[in-house]
Amino acid sequence: MSIEVAWSDAVTAAQLFAVDPVGTGGVLLRSRAGPVRDRWLAMLRAALPPEQPYKHLPLHIADGRLLGGLDLSATLLAGRPVAERGLLSEADGGVLVVAMAERLQSSTNVYLTAAMDAHETAVERDGLSLRMPARFGVVALDEGLEDEFSPAGLRDRLGFHLDLDQFAWRETDDFPISLDDIRAARERLANIKVESEQIEAVCTAAAALGIISLRAPLLAIRAAKASAALFDRTKIEQDDITLAARLVLAPRATVFPQQEQPDQADEPPPPEPPPPEDDNQDNNDQEQQTPDIDKALDEVILAAVKAAMPPGVLEAMRASAGRARARSAGKAGELQKSKKRGRPAGSIRGELRDGSKLNVIETLRAAAPWQPLRRRQAEGRNGSAPRILVEKDDFRIARFKQRTETITIFVVDASGSAALHRLAEAKGAVELLLADCYVRRDQVAMISFRGTIAEILLPPTRSLARAKRSLAGLPGGGGTPLASGLDCAFMLADSIKRKGQTPTVIVLTDGRANIARDGAPGRPQAEEDAKTSARQFRVAGISSVVIDMSPRPGPQAEAFAKEMDARYLPLPHADATVLAQAVTAATRQD
Amino acid sequence: MATVFPFSAIVGQDEMKLALLIAAVDQKVGGVLAFGDRGAGKSTAVRALAALLPKMKTVVGCRYNCDPDQPERYCEECREKVKHGKVKTAQVPVPVVDLPLGATEDRVVGALDLERALAKGEKAFEPGLLARAHRGFLYIDEANLLEDHLVDLLLDVAASGENVVEREGLSIRHPARFVLVGTGNPEEGELRPQLLDRFGMSVEVKTPDTLPERIEVVRRRDAFETDPEGFVAAWAKEETKLRRKISQAKERLPDVTVSDAALERAAKLCMTLGTDGLRGELTLMRAARALAALEHDKTVTDEHLKRIAPSALRHRLRRNPLDDAGSSVRVDRALAEIFG
Repeated sequence: MSIEVAWSDAVTAAQLFAVDPVGTGGVLLRSRAGPVRDRWLAMLRAALPPEQPYKHLPLHIADGRLLGGLDLSATLLAGRPVAERGLLSEADGGVLVVAMAERLQSSTNVYLTAAMDAHETAVERDGLSLRMPARFGVVALDEGLEDEFSPAGLRDRLGFHLDLDQFAWRETDDFPISLDDIRAARERLANIKVESEQIEAVCTAAAALGIISLRAPLLAIRAAKASAALFDRTKIEQDDITLAARLVLAPRATVFPQQEQPDQADEPPPPEPPPPEDDNQDNNDQEQQTPDIDKALDEVILAAVKAAMPPGVLEAMRASAGRARARSAGKAGELQKSKKRGRPAGSIRGELRDGSKLNVIETLRAAAPWQPLRRRQAEGRNGSAPRILVEKDDFRIARFKQRTETITIFVVDASGSAALHRLAEAKGAVELLLADCYVRRDQVAMISFRGTIAEILLPPTRSLARAKRSLAGLPGGGGTPLASGLDCAFMLADSIKRKGQTPTVIVLTDGRANIARDGAPGRPQAEEDAKTSARQFRVAGISSVVIDMSPRPGPQAEAFAKEMDARYLPLPHADATVLAQAVTAATRQD
Repeated sequence: MATVFPFSAIVGQDEMKLALLIAAVDQKVGGVLAFGDRGAGKSTAVRALAALLPKMKTVVGCRYNCDPDQPERYCEECREKVKHGKVKTAQVPVPVVDLPLGATEDRVVGALDLERALAKGEKAFEPGLLARAHRGFLYIDEANLLEDHLVDLLLDVAASGENVVEREGLSIRHPARFVLVGTGNPEEGELRPQLLDRFGMSVEVKTPDTLPERIEVVRRRDAFETDPEGFVAAWAKEETKLRRKISQAKERLPDVTVSDAALERAAKLCMTLGTDGLRGELTLMRAARALAALEHDKTVTDEHLKRIAPSALRHRLRRNPLDDAGSSVRVDRALAEIFG
């Protein structure tokens, strides 16, 4: 697919989204911030009725602001509880732009997707019980690098997935979208029906493309309806379906559709839907459709999707699907101060000292019963009283559970020198610890190193199912690039620390490094590199444990442990259970 | 309230639907946990259940849904009322209360009524979600993401059947018996074992994988979205049928007998699986009885036990991370061993 066609598709996606923001769910805009993204957003903005909300959802929005709650100033002024709308309900009837969606907090994501499903927000906070309508479309700005993605649950609900990084500025152009066209299309939308065969074809095509979620075919159908409305057709035509398939199904494909008979494979892709001002469109459509009539619609869809997928894209997509939730801290995180202060755990009576947070609702509750009495006293003293009299005794301080989440990173030596069966025991130990971890709500990650490289086998997770899947494929053998393994672990531990969580590193090795950091073989350089890598842990104060798993524990591993300032545990014949116990004991003492 | 997708129009998901129906027939079975793929219709099923439940009798004006047939369980307000003569009763819909994530503790357990306190200086209790859910269902979407302190609270109340509030100078206790219904996606994290144990049944939900089923799901969904009222009307007959099925099963339930042989089989099954505690056995028997009642059978048979055992037991197995087989497979294995 040429760049011009791709850009025209991106523009069409903006139009279809503008026609039905709620129905099509939204747009996932995978793109770095830049002029191309700005151009696309400006086009979309122009296509949306200005009187309808267009709200921005900042990355670290507080729950109360997002969902709604008590309006403090209004409450104090009125002397009775006054509710305040949250951002989700303020966006009702319009569009919500989610900035940096790849770093969205999981709680924010849950509230957002719940509102998208229910079309309303349910608030049970601050003594208020409210239901507020929240029908909006979402534009998720996803600036994720290779393996950073916005949450899978959110992506699943967004109809259009666009990758704007493929465009250079000069390859794009402004495409004026007429707001009147959009308004007219919105009027027509409700009357557009989908045929039963069309539903079948879309579902069949989605299945052939390996798309599991049922939201995808549903979103594709809504996109097809929007397309029919936009191009002023009375019902959904084949062009609407193929367009929707290109925009909604193609980016989700995990399987390349089966190769068909040559005559169909050579079929040119269906023509671009011409701009709406083309009045002859209807007639053309009728004519075009006739030759296709005996060909199954789902095959036409697949051909359209195929044409839209340049080779290579699929591999990238497949790789990304597996790591969809692997979210590491991006560059932007370095400036971000950790917001994690633990989970709220009620409130206590107390003084407002530096850093403590007043729980306003509880404070008001504490003050409330005394109001008539205090008012009488105050009026007796100086004749007038403010609406609400709060005294120092009423202050209630919010308490947070300070325990931060621990993430245990296993760094496993999978080289030939570390016997293979140890690897199996290490895997077993990780699973045992994980089973224990979710009781404490901790997470586990795993890095393996062998040959010349280290890789993150299992990004931090709490899910046993995920861990099992990742660990099943761990191969062994090759050289011992200890330095690379430690560097990789340090980077992960460092990013975890920045998020306000506590990393603990467990290194399982025999300490016999023989591959240097640059991948070159040679023992002396390799050991030197490993030592410098180990020192980073000491400098950063990351707690770590080195488990010597060679049959005859030697001085090498102990030396590394010293450099790392790590606890050293020689465990020559440990099995998974012993390993797990040793790690639990070692980390508990910290 | 928006129109709800009808329960009987849900395609497939037989295990989840059956578990919810059993919970509706006999609340004592305990709650239902539905874990599985996103977008597979878990929340839809729970919300649809609300529309299906036969009405229940309550004391008029009682904020805790007190049951007029059980005066010994009255809340304090109803006890006062009884002293001044007969209480009025009414038929009301069974509550299905949402516990949204992000809910604060004061709204869950109840707290001082801020409005009345500020305006009139009165110390009055404003009941929370637990009071509203009494004798009904409490639904937690994304149960695995619920804040820890709220989980603790729920565990306490679910165990005692009573909500004790000691805050802001209030000292209130009121009955709070509810069926816990939770949904979630295992990819987002596991559920705490203590909370897991509170659910009577757990079901695994998967997106339908046959094409005809998938097409039917999308077709019905589209029909519902295009014309919600028309769609609901088209399914009204089926819904009425199902509602009648539930009320009849409720009436028949006390007459369903359990033979000693069935009891023995259930015990053997639990022993083979090594489930912790007696709760598994109890739930298994209760669920099998409710199933028998739903199907017009007078006694519990092996067939009932076999069908309901996976839902009643799979979340009670002691976890063995080194056994690669999932808990469903282990239950199936034990079933094959015992029932042959």
